[in-house]
Amino acid sequence: MEMPETVETPLLFQRTTENDNHDGPVPFESWGRYPRFPAKLVPLAWQSDFPRVVEEHDNMPTGALPVGMGRSYGDVGLLRDGHLLVMTGLDRLLHFDEQTGVLTCEAGVTLAQILDFAVPRGWFLPVTPGTKYVTIAGAIANDIHGKNHHVAGTFGNHVPMFELVRSDGTRMLCSPTQNADWYAATIGGMGLTGVITWAQLRLKKIVSRLIDYQGIQFHGVDEFLALTEQYKNVEYTVSWVDCASTGKNFARGVFMLGEHSVMPDELHESPEPKLVFPFNLPGFALNQYSVKAFNTVFFHKQIKRRVRALQDYEPFFYPLDAVLKWNRMYGKRGLLQFQYAIPWAHAREGTIAIMEAVAKSGLASFLAVLKVFGDVPSPGMMSFPQPGVTLALDFPIKPGKSFPLFDRLADMTLEFGGKLYPAKDARMTSGQFQTSYPQWQEFAKYKDPLLTSGFWERVTI
Amino acid sequence: MAKKILVLGATSSIAEHTARVWAKRGDSLYLVARNAEKLATVGADLKTRGASFVETKVADLDDLDLHPQLLAEAVTALGGLDIAYLAHGVLGDQAEAERDAIAAEAILHTNFVSPVSLLTWLANFCVKQKHGTLAVLSSVAGDRGRKSNYVYGSSKAGISAFLGGLRNRVDREGVSVVTIKPGPVKTPMTAGMEGNEKFADVSTVGKNIARAIDSRRDEVYVPGKWRIIMAIVRAVPESIFKKTNT
Ligand SMILES: Cc1cc2nc3c(=O)[nH]c(=O)nc-3n(C[C@H](O)[C@H](O)[C@H](O)COP(=O)(O)OP(=O)(O)OC[C@H]3O[C@@H](n4cnc5c(N)ncnc54)[C@H](O)[C@@H]3O)c2cc1C
Ligand SMILES: NC(=O)c1ccc[n+]([C@@H]2O[C@H](COP(=O)([O-])OP(=O)(O)OC[C@H]3O[C@@H](n4cnc5c(N)ncnc54)[C@H](OP(=O)(O)O)[C@@H]3O)[C@@H](O)[C@H]2O)c1
Repeated sequence: MEMPETVETPLLFQRTTENDNHDGPVPFESWGRYPRFPAKLVPLAWQSDFPRVVEEHDNMPTGALPVGMGRSYGDVGLLRDGHLLVMTGLDRLLHFDEQTGVLTCEAGVTLAQILDFAVPRGWFLPVTPGTKYVTIAGAIANDIHGKNHHVAGTFGNHVPMFELVRSDGTRMLCSPTQNADWYAATIGGMGLTGVITWAQLRLKKIVSRLIDYQGIQFHGVDEFLALTEQYKNVEYTVSWVDCASTGKNFARGVFMLGEHSVMPDELHESPEPKLVFPFNLPGFALNQYSVKAFNTVFFHKQIKRRVRALQDYEPFFYPLDAVLKWNRMYGKRGLLQFQYAIPWAHAREGTIAIMEAVAKSGLASFLAVLKVFGDVPSPGMMSFPQPGVTLALDFPIKPGKSFPLFDRLADMTLEFGGKLYPAKDARMTSGQFQTSYPQWQEFAKYKDPLLTSGFWERVTI
Repeated sequence: MAKKILVLGATSSIAEHTARVWAKRGDSLYLVARNAEKLATVGADLKTRGASFVETKVADLDDLDLHPQLLAEAVTALGGLDIAYLAHGVLGDQAEAERDAIAAEAILHTNFVSPVSLLTWLANFCVKQKHGTLAVLSSVAGDRGRKSNYVYGSSKAGISAFLGGLRNRVDREGVSVVTIKPGPVKTPMTAGMEGNEKFADVSTVGKNIARAIDSRRDEVYVPGKWRIIMAIVRAVPESIFKKTNT
């Protein structure tokens, strides 16, 4: 008997099938499948490989960028014609302190691998994004957030220490007290300050895989905000919101909340996912009608106004991970993500205005996620989360339509004092970036001269 | 019962991923490799994953004189021996090996002479204790010599032949010999090869190998499809094969 091969290293980068020439750089895409840049992949296997490999490739004159699982949507993890240092070979666990729950591991260890290790021992991730197929260093480099941001802050808030290696060979231990400026620049530093070789993560205790889950229907942004206030002490809260409907169904959604069950239960490892999305759907499959239908089904699946049940953490946190390569659902053109954070001062009006613009555009948004960011300060100089409201949308890319809408939504976001999330961006202009991240020039002082990215090249011109 | 396992060439990526299966179930591991820094990292990983005992030893396995002492220390530290897993090997530079006889000899030394020496000591020990599994990473490359890597291939053909004969000798003494023939696997050894993103995933390969060793298979191809592919490749008459220029 063979193990199924597809499930093991859930796709790193998809080599696009067109232009399969093996000698030169080949086109690679991130999770959004847009944009697509040719690059040379350089797999790293050991902590000592960087910067040694730089010399082996003629000093990488076109630049380099460390990458993890390629789960960012836009171009923070891409570099046109450069060298992508693939970190997933650094997948070793180095130490686990059973007393404090601090796990020390190499940079390319994924959150899925951490869960496989930690859950049977009664520990869980302190913060998790909507997919477990991201690396610990990728999570640090985008200072990612989860459904518990309002109580736990960002991922970086739970990273006591990591090692940063610069292209000149300097190795630094970074923590809130040691090389604190490098620590702050690297958390949310988008892989530009150096290569993280290993990191520590403070896990938290659980006694069960189960989540005590509730879903509550709401209609409109005000109901959403009221529910948020009412349940602000619940650990995980997030809302799915319908961005396609107008009129009486405008901004209807399901407010989802969850807490780790405190009833001790069997703590087994997750089974490996078996389903792989088999082919690229043709572009027309995802039009506004199919999305409306999808939304209606989703909304009414929850027939009662309120449901409460115990649910395994996998479907609660990672509903999409059960189908590997689901991004193929968007066809070859790929998808655009749009995620803003708007501070409290304009959060309500901004959210309503932007959702109205989306609904009116008729451009389908398959998944829209609405959440409130809490006021735990983000540890990174460039971190995205700030107190207020965040909304994340997906658009299948449609020529001539998606980009103008996106650009308008970005302008609106800035007018409301907000900013966009680099990990999910492929469109922001340098003007928009520099206005909403005014600290960028201070950050640029920490950039490694060898490292750069499609994103950085785009927003700093 | 925790198994007592000796891993030679423990910093090999395939070996690491096999040993993770053993670590997870709490086996005892004695790890030998030549690079101290890498070995320490691998040791830490396997310990963290749950190995009940991990000891590391830095040694260059090309040095045959070290072998008897090294193996004695390993067996002593483990308090016995259930499995010896030989993973060290080099791909070498075929072009260089065609020009330079010493380069060719070096490949044969690491991939053939060194394991033969180790297996001679190990087999005699296991026969004496009437127990033990000897598992060795050979390769599909040993099934037929090809233009592109025949020096490496011949070292693997040699070890496969040696293992076949050894199995025949020790089978009735309670000792198992497992010949492992991986197809192309994504590891540092193949990082420079073209088309390598289509190679087999090393973590899956590691798990399959651990399973084959547990069930004391005589000869195993991983992934399994390589048994069929190599049967076909071997069946091509030499008069035609020589013209394929691969
Ligand atoms: C389905 C889905 C759901 C998601 N949900 C969320 C969510 O809820 N919240 C959220 O915040 N994000 C979310 N994301 C985005 C994702 O969490 C981030 O993009 C994450 O950073 C991806 O990690 P990765 O390992 O794939 O890194 P990549 O995408 O490969 O790289 C991300 C960044 O990390 C840098 N990097 C990688 N390795 C290193 C290293 N060793 N040293 C230094 N820098 C490095 C890269 O240069 C790049 O800038 C989601 C993504 C998907 C696909
Ligand atoms: N990858 C494949 O496609 C493939 C296919 C078929 C068979 N194999 C075989 O599988 C085995 C493992 O290979 P791999 O793919 O895991 O590659 P790998 O990660 O490069 O492992 C090879 C290991 O052998 C070690 N080694 C080499 N010479 C040594 C010596 N004299 N003393 C001690 N250790 C030595 C290397 O140590 P250093 O790191 O210190 O150099 C390295 O750790 C090899 O025998 C290989 O021939 C591999």
